[in-house]
Amino acid sequence: MSLKTALMAFGLGAATLAAAPLAQPAHAADAGVLHIFNWTDYTAPDLLKKFTAETGIKVTLDTYDSNETLLAKLKAGTTGYDLVIVSDDFVKIFVSQNLLEKVDASTMSNFGNLEPRWKTRFWDPTAEYTVPWQWGTTSFTYDTKVYPQPVDSLGTLFKPPAVFKGQVGMFGSPSEVINLALLYLGYPPCDTDPAHLKETLALLQAQKPFVKLYNSDGIIDRLTAGEVTMSEQWSGDAMRARQAKASLHYVYAKEGGAGWMDNLAIPVGAPDVDNAKKFINFMMDPQNAAIESNFAGYQNGVAGSNKYLLPAMATAPEFNPPADYKIVFSPGCDAKATKDFDRIWTLIRK
Amino acid sequence: MLNKRSAYWLILPAVLVIGIFGAIPLLISLVYSFMSANPYGGVQAPMTFGAYVQMLYDQDFDGSLIFMPDYFWIAFRSLYLALATTILSLLVGFPVAWYIVCQSPTRRKILLTLVSLPFWINTLIRTYCWILILRDEGLANKLFGWLGFISHPLPLLYNQGSVLLGLVYTFLPFMVLPIYATLERLDPRLIEASYDLYANRYQLFRRVIWPLTKPGIAAGTVLVFAPALGSFLQPDLLGGGKQLLIGSLIEMQFTSSRNWPFGAALSMLVTFAVILSLAWQRWRSKRAARAQAA
Repeated sequence: MSLKTALMAFGLGAATLAAAPLAQPAHAADAGVLHIFNWTDYTAPDLLKKFTAETGIKVTLDTYDSNETLLAKLKAGTTGYDLVIVSDDFVKIFVSQNLLEKVDASTMSNFGNLEPRWKTRFWDPTAEYTVPWQWGTTSFTYDTKVYPQPVDSLGTLFKPPAVFKGQVGMFGSPSEVINLALLYLGYPPCDTDPAHLKETLALLQAQKPFVKLYNSDGIIDRLTAGEVTMSEQWSGDAMRARQAKASLHYVYAKEGGAGWMDNLAIPVGAPDVDNAKKFINFMMDPQNAAIESNFAGYQNGVAGSNKYLLPAMATAPEFNPPADYKIVFSPGCDAKATKDFDRIWTLIRK
Repeated sequence: MLNKRSAYWLILPAVLVIGIFGAIPLLISLVYSFMSANPYGGVQAPMTFGAYVQMLYDQDFDGSLIFMPDYFWIAFRSLYLALATTILSLLVGFPVAWYIVCQSPTRRKILLTLVSLPFWINTLIRTYCWILILRDEGLANKLFGWLGFISHPLPLLYNQGSVLLGLVYTFLPFMVLPIYATLERLDPRLIEASYDLYANRYQLFRRVIWPLTKPGIAAGTVLVFAPALGSFLQPDLLGGGKQLLIGSLIEMQFTSSRNWPFGAALSMLVTFAVILSLAWQRWRSKRAARAQAA
């Protein structure tokens, strides 16, 4: 969820801060123009050009910076958008608030192209509302030059060996840090069991002397500069970091890793549902999904897209987790879990 | 001559600006602080004092209400850092302002432009630049290493010192400019007169310059203290987010914690602290004026 927030802060921090308006509202629906509303820097320009060339449908793009922004906009009423991108843990919320149009992706001609595991996802069990846009895993990266031993557990991140004292970077978002800690301890994401949460708090407090900073931005830079020698990281970033510094290694831990996925959906009241559906079908084409992956740098859910990926990306270990790797998606934390996470997040930094 | 009615019309723009950009947002914050949190951000009914209670008593994981002094400590740390920022800015800012005043008018203009030049660049970017300077492989450590002072990089970043440095750097111009404004109006003949009356340098400063520049110092103090108290960029970026300040705590409530009422209540606390310091400032200057008149 806060992955994109972080990317935005890094890439466009200045612009977002200086220019207050978060996104331009779409213009009143002009016929034959598809209005897409997506995270900033998250839509391949070539993709839109290709869609226009193939279908004759023009596309405009507006951007936002967080799921909360999107939720607020859609709740406020008709926005004029035909397509939006919603993170996995927010799909449930959007559906429960009747903000998404049924698209019945399973009846589309390209639906068969989706990887079997992504055809349906627990936040959209019948692919009624969404199809995958981009996804990735969250684990951690360490420098094998600093610690030349094989690592197969999240324990190395949360109970680091002495060599990492003051050298560890953790994300700056409570849900991503705490859910990974819960995973290490063997508990489900967004757990609200008081005993489990106390254990998690103790784990993170004991980890703190090893932590150099809590921040989700600029991790690639810090790892390659040797500023931190171990860091929580997303798969796509881990690949880019390793390409810059070969001794960096992204760990597929035996406890598993956290997963995230952004999903393409049509908001209720979209002016041009038919064309929006065309775009959804278009996105399930391997070549088109690869164009988006090559631009945004994350995995897509379409089988056979690998052969269209940039070579360095198609074979990257960060993009190809072991077949038995446990990927745990967050169900989206309820108010109680959010409150508990806030408490942990405050107490470790008080 | 202006009659009363046209005078009202003339101050209308100022009233509107203050109302729209000052009073209304403040009022909204005040109302929000008495509402309940919407789980997806924002606020909802019913009205409650919950946010203010949370400042001292918070729910533990099992739902029981326990005394939580941690918010108090975070507020105290912020207060202490804001005060340190103000004092350091004054110590650095006063000599700078004095130096500028002593220059020729052309050089003054250039120097003043230099002082306000940082405002042309976004604070976020400037704070990021400090990361590049202070980090292990940064400019400062490279320079010290090259000069042979150190063999290992110094831990300059991600501690309270780097936060303080960032705060002083960001808010220093707010101290220099008002002090400069008062120093510029200072009659140089008064300085000559005090020397004629055998004042030494210390007495000159303490009995003549300091009292006459007090309004500028007071303005600078408030202009530095108030934003320093609420800042969250410097602790998050230069402090590595390891120690919360009240500004970062507020930011957190409006983002990941989705607890807008508590964020609004904390903002009210900061606003109250600033108003209090302004009132104190005013009371002191009034007392000084009375003492002078007597």
